[in-house]
Amino acid sequence: MENNIGQYDHKEEYTTLNLGPTHPATHGIFQNILTMDGEIIVDTEQTCGYIHRAFEKIAEHRPFYQVTPLTDRLNYCSSPINNMGWHMTVEKLLGVKTPKRVDYMRIIIMELARISDHLVCNSVIGVDIGALTGFTYVFQWREKIYDIFEEVCGARLTTNIGRIGGMERDFSPACISKIRAFLKEFPAALREFTNLLERNRIFMDRTIGVGAINTERALNYGFVGPNLRATGLDYDVRVMSPYSSYEDFDFVIPVGINGDTFDRFMVRQQEMWESHKMIGQALENLPEGKFFAEVPEFYLPPKQEVYNNMEALIWHFKIVMGEGEVPVGEVYHSVEGGNGELGFYLVSDGGRAAYRLHFRRPSFIYYQGYPEMIKGSTLSDAIVTMSSMNVIAGELDA
Amino acid sequence: MSEVNNAYLLKELEEQFAASIYSAEEPYGMLTIELDRKDIAPAIQYLKDHAVLKFNFLTDVCGAHFPDKMGKELSTIYHLHSFTNNIRLRIKCYMPLADPTIASVSAIFNGANWQERETFDFFGIEFLGHPNLKRILNVEEMEYFPMRKEYPLEDQTRTDKDDTYFGR
Repeated sequence: MENNIGQYDHKEEYTTLNLGPTHPATHGIFQNILTMDGEIIVDTEQTCGYIHRAFEKIAEHRPFYQVTPLTDRLNYCSSPINNMGWHMTVEKLLGVKTPKRVDYMRIIIMELARISDHLVCNSVIGVDIGALTGFTYVFQWREKIYDIFEEVCGARLTTNIGRIGGMERDFSPACISKIRAFLKEFPAALREFTNLLERNRIFMDRTIGVGAINTERALNYGFVGPNLRATGLDYDVRVMSPYSSYEDFDFVIPVGINGDTFDRFMVRQQEMWESHKMIGQALENLPEGKFFAEVPEFYLPPKQEVYNNMEALIWHFKIVMGEGEVPVGEVYHSVEGGNGELGFYLVSDGGRAAYRLHFRRPSFIYYQGYPEMIKGSTLSDAIVTMSSMNVIAGELDA
Repeated sequence: MSEVNNAYLLKELEEQFAASIYSAEEPYGMLTIELDRKDIAPAIQYLKDHAVLKFNFLTDVCGAHFPDKMGKELSTIYHLHSFTNNIRLRIKCYMPLADPTIASVSAIFNGANWQERETFDFFGIEFLGHPNLKRILNVEEMEYFPMRKEYPLEDQTRTDKDDTYFGR
């Protein structure tokens, strides 16, 4: 689109518009102070920190165990990925090798979480351009995913799922049948959602070429995940640094071309199909064996043991108080979260809590690219761009 | 492609910055070097422009506080990633509490901008040459740097707060 930014000297006529902090279209609490020339955005200043909860400080005072619920609240659209990323970080520090069954169970949960994350993001793009139907429709499927989480860990949104060393319990028959039902029924729903938007003339007109960024700029801004892949670069942590046996799986990394809103949407759509495929593979080849690794110093003993067995009670107490032996060292581990590379940098001094824990939060880093993407566009395009970037306030502010 | 490993990476770095690399280790497989802070920007630029190494991605910038290390109390930690060779590198720079300054790398990797602001916000490390170094997550009126170790987590038993309006 042609615009006349900088051609006229009429800065005194610019309007300042506050987008946020509690604007419905920001889907979280953060603010953009836009400088507008009529309909056109000339400049923007971003502020964040409205829901900063000092997780890194808290983590320095809690045993490893109690850090998991903090990670729930980073990207709360896909908490299980955060939980498991953290568990794997600790396992890497301790040198724990998890059984294959644990890895596959984790992949099932993580890919389900990825689907729920992408479902929300993609349907919300529709909402922000006025297509509410898809959103209300796919939310049913997010609920079904949450039913599966509930079957595994008892919680739905902030899951606190899994343990250091494995899963808290094996998949129950009810859980397995729920996953199977989901695998069977979800494709039809996703196809219907696809039909609703992917080739929809209005949707395409509103998203193609909107909020585009090229690979070089995206890399420079630290873009990761679907937002980077939409620009055409196939960086995916699951392939580059495989964790949790992702190397056993057969999947493709979808990439876009133009790095615009439509490509971001399409990459997420395609990733849902890939995730669906991976869940199928994992369930099909779910290895027999234990659902936890042998780390009695960190893996809570079964509750009935704790009530009836002295040793189990002692272990339970020691774990809860964070008495396990922790090596001195520093470790960086990253997982492919809903928004891309979610990293944990953990410095341990051998104490009961982390000496320093830093979360590499993808939203926080790539949200910096937003002003460049919306300068010269209209407000309505800026809103669609923001929702397609899937900036999650919890992850932005930690 | 696999000829690029930690040993090669270290050799290339030492050729250029031998005098300022104080130590090199490989905890959990990631090459970690301790670099003199004066060389951080040139080193990152060098790694980015290197014809073979091609460290094209700055994964993470963060700070840490070690009150017991005399003269090396504060530190910034950089994680770099080369997509071409799929190799990661960690660079650590230490600085004394009395002079917490280091060059900004936000001109080389724009993504460092907010991460450096965050590090400044929590540790008080000043990034020289940063375009907009102000607090990002905390309120601007804050007078201290909360992630430093001398600030304890709030005591849960304190009585000087009025919680009447919170139903407690």
